[in-house]
Amino acid sequence: MACAQELHVLAVDDSHVDRKVIERLLNISCCKVTAVESGRRALQYLGLDGEKSSMGIDGLKVNLILTDYSMPGMTGYELLKKIKESSALSKIPVVIMSSEKILPRIDRCLEEGAEEFLLKPVKLSDVKRLRDFILRGEGDDDKETEKKINEVCSRKRKFQDDSTTQPMPTSLGTAHDIESSPESSVSSESQPPQSKQTKIG
Amino acid sequence: MERNNHLRRQVANLRQSLFDQGYLDDQFIELEELQDDVNPNFVEEIVTLFYKDSARLIHSIDQALEKQPLDFTKLDNYMHQFKGSSSSIGAKKVKIECTQFSEYWRAGNVEGCKRTFQQLKREYVVLRKKLEVYFQYARQAGPTETASCRPN
Repeated sequence: MACAQELHVLAVDDSHVDRKVIERLLNISCCKVTAVESGRRALQYLGLDGEKSSMGIDGLKVNLILTDYSMPGMTGYELLKKIKESSALSKIPVVIMSSEKILPRIDRCLEEGAEEFLLKPVKLSDVKRLRDFILRGEGDDDKETEKKINEVCSRKRKFQDDSTTQPMPTSLGTAHDIESSPESSVSSESQPPQSKQTKIG
Repeated sequence: MERNNHLRRQVANLRQSLFDQGYLDDQFIELEELQDDVNPNFVEEIVTLFYKDSARLIHSIDQALEKQPLDFTKLDNYMHQFKGSSSSIGAKKVKIECTQFSEYWRAGNVEGCKRTFQQLKREYVVLRKKLEVYFQYARQAGPTETASCRPN
């Protein structure tokens, strides 16, 4: 099944292992990925000044930001706040990932405007649901916004009711890996498969 | 070829034993399902990154445990990272030791932390050896279908 539309996801995680995995998950789900290792790098990529639109410094519009919560320097929550405070960037959906299911943390993130909170390790099914949600949301209208708000609220309640539930992802990401290591380049390394999608085997 | 079939059976048995003996959990299978013709060695690549991360973290934790007084924040951060990456590849026994370490840390039991860390290093070494053998055989046997059976 070929994907009709490619989303561009900015993935933020200080773990090299997790960056590679999330990049692969997003590539398989027909998303372009830009993977960075910190909140600072993410903001750099997005352009710190509020004048620019939601484009990366390479001109690619970012459709979704998928960030780890626990990172040195700037946490995912702090990154979320900065994005939501920026007039240019606030419309970009942000999803938080964490290996720890701490309800107050989840609440805080959702209240700050995160679309969803995913438990790590993130699965392919999570990413696909995320992508589908974002695709539905692109070209957003008021009815969709209201629907999303309702979904977030019911998810919050679901978290509080059931401590064993894996959250349903609310929204969704291929790309080039721009880490700080000197040998990495900004040009595309990983591209999604052209005509095929999903799993093999 | 008969020889290749025999090799593939060996690889399958090796793989199954890693699950049966509790070295790996479902997350490893999730990674296997991300492999394809274009990325046939994805799991091995991720596991190699895990080795690199683990070597760095083991070194950092060793050093941190030698310091007086202990820097608990640093130790907690390192162990959080270690738990994260071992969880991401499905390294079940290593992850269990990380959890145990955190429990001792929360209880302020330094001796417990140190003991657990020694055990963690042992588990890591065993896992690494087993995975290296497994991937070596798997490469020899050539690409196979993604396993659909889940561990017990």
